[in-house]
Amino acid sequence: MTSRKSRDGRFGAGDLLGEAIRGLAGHPGRLALTALTVVLGIGALVATVGFAQTGQRQLEVTFNAVDAVHGVVKPVDDNSGLAGVAPTAVLPWDGDQTAARLNGVNAAGLVSEIDLDNAAISAAPVIDPMAPPTRVPSVMAATPGLIDAVSGILTEGRWLTWFHELESQPVAVLGQGAAELLGVSRVDNQPSVFINGRSYTVIGILEQVERVNGLIDSVIVPQSTARRVFGLEAPDELQVKLKMGAGPMVGDVIATALSPNNPTGYEVLMPLPPSQLRQRVTAEVNSVFVILGLVALVISAVTIAVVTFMSVMERRGEIGLRRALGATRLSIAAQFIAEAAVVGLLGGLTGAAAGILATVALAASRQWTPVLDLRLVGVAALLGCVVGVLAGLLPAVRAGRLEPATALQEGT
Amino acid sequence: MNPEADVLLRLEGVSRSFPGPPEVLALRDADLTVVRGDYVSIMGPSGSGKSTMLNMLGLLDRPTVGRYSLAGQDTAPLKDRDRTRLRGRMIGFVFQSFHLLARRSVLDNVMLSMIYGGVPKAQRRQRAWGALEQVSMTHRAAFYPGTLSGGERQRAAIARAVASEPELLLADEPTGNLDSGTSGEVLEMLEGLNQAGLAVIVVTHDPEIAAAARRRFQMRDGRLKEVL
Repeated sequence: MTSRKSRDGRFGAGDLLGEAIRGLAGHPGRLALTALTVVLGIGALVATVGFAQTGQRQLEVTFNAVDAVHGVVKPVDDNSGLAGVAPTAVLPWDGDQTAARLNGVNAAGLVSEIDLDNAAISAAPVIDPMAPPTRVPSVMAATPGLIDAVSGILTEGRWLTWFHELESQPVAVLGQGAAELLGVSRVDNQPSVFINGRSYTVIGILEQVERVNGLIDSVIVPQSTARRVFGLEAPDELQVKLKMGAGPMVGDVIATALSPNNPTGYEVLMPLPPSQLRQRVTAEVNSVFVILGLVALVISAVTIAVVTFMSVMERRGEIGLRRALGATRLSIAAQFIAEAAVVGLLGGLTGAAAGILATVALAASRQWTPVLDLRLVGVAALLGCVVGVLAGLLPAVRAGRLEPATALQEGT
Repeated sequence: MNPEADVLLRLEGVSRSFPGPPEVLALRDADLTVVRGDYVSIMGPSGSGKSTMLNMLGLLDRPTVGRYSLAGQDTAPLKDRDRTRLRGRMIGFVFQSFHLLARRSVLDNVMLSMIYGGVPKAQRRQRAWGALEQVSMTHRAAFYPGTLSGGERQRAAIARAVASEPELLLADEPTGNLDSGTSGEVLEMLEGLNQAGLAVIVVTHDPEIAAAARRRFQMRDGRLKEVL
């Protein structure tokens, strides 16, 4: 049978492509307009993927590990003033231990702000009445689990331990900001701070925390010490650190665990699992643009089909001539399919480029990092080619079926 | 010498009718034998069946009745693909309206006849160039058909027809669109090719062209008759 390889001189892939490209080059304007429809379709699809991937990456940056694993529970704000709101619950003193026992919780800690009017806080026991008034650090109370719950990092010393908590020890951890205000930079010489004249041994300096930024500017004392000395009435917030993706699961049970009688008294803020966030955003972006892109592709397929059909009718003479020169029906059909495929591929490549540009432009306008899987770009260009082939199929078969004698007579 | 080996093509009782209504009998019971290197002309008024005859000889059409053998091979059982290959290998066409592709150079147009014919790519350009030399058109190789005169176009078309080195040249009113001066040129070219061993069958209105052939035929109402 006939070999279709080019080496032995038969009409091969190289010849086919050459003829297709020259056939198209004869009508550059028509080629451009036809390819443009593909550009729109493929461009919309690539841009969709680009927007989605860029947005997704942005989400991952914004909702980074901190947001994905940190949750908080606090009593419902009783100033809401709404009728029918559940009565405010109070966080139990041992709420951190209750929460820490829940599946999915890695660490839990309670934290409270302590309201001291005009507290005298200093690193020296005697207050100099002549000294100008300086900014005073605030005071907060915390439980031992808090450091892990808020991913805290110490520069010096150590954090509050269960010994300090259970024995209501007069110790304090200084936030970095508070330490600077008080002039404390190291803890190995066992410095003290004085709150309203009472001495607290500084055991550590906290450099960095997530979520509870007030800690940095505070003197942090054990919760039990704060109860006894400052009359703290109830913890303000329960901070929890979760296993990745455990947010919904913990969110479902934590309020009930804390207060079986009044679970609705708490405001529970747990992270959505990252995958769910991603899906939600991706779905929003996709549905609009994908439909747009697909509609554009259908239109481009119809356009290519119509233009190829016109081209076949217009080039009957050429078809007849080629048949007379020895072109088989298949060679003729293949040439028109190849022409449509080249149009689709050109449109696909240009569309992919346009989609990339759109993605980069969007990312630049919001100062995001553009993200786009380049393999998808290749797939998009190929998709244009496939659209071309499918659209060219019918007219190409018509071209192959033309009777050479008739075609020669009717065409010029 | 075996006379059968010299026979290039043979029509035996060939008829071609086009189903109507009304049914048209374009070719009636034609017999024709053409030997290698022959020079045949077919004359006749419009509608006499000349075109049908030419399509038949060029394997562009099939007989309704009768037998057509080309190079000793009966063409009736051949499938379209094989007829196409045989046509590409054996037959060169020259048309009244030239059928040059307007957006290709003369050289490209000539090479077109070889892309389907099994000529290796590397040789095509060289052979196309040789064919253009034969018709003295090398100086127009890079030109586009639109910029050529009618005579030059037909010479380019002849170069295309012979570049694939066929054994039979079918010329359909080759001078129909040309003035008498350029007709003469084309006629000389056909004679030259025939003398080089190519069998030529020319269908024409022009008695002068017809008279140059070794054997002359007349067609009327689908019947072929040799003019003796």
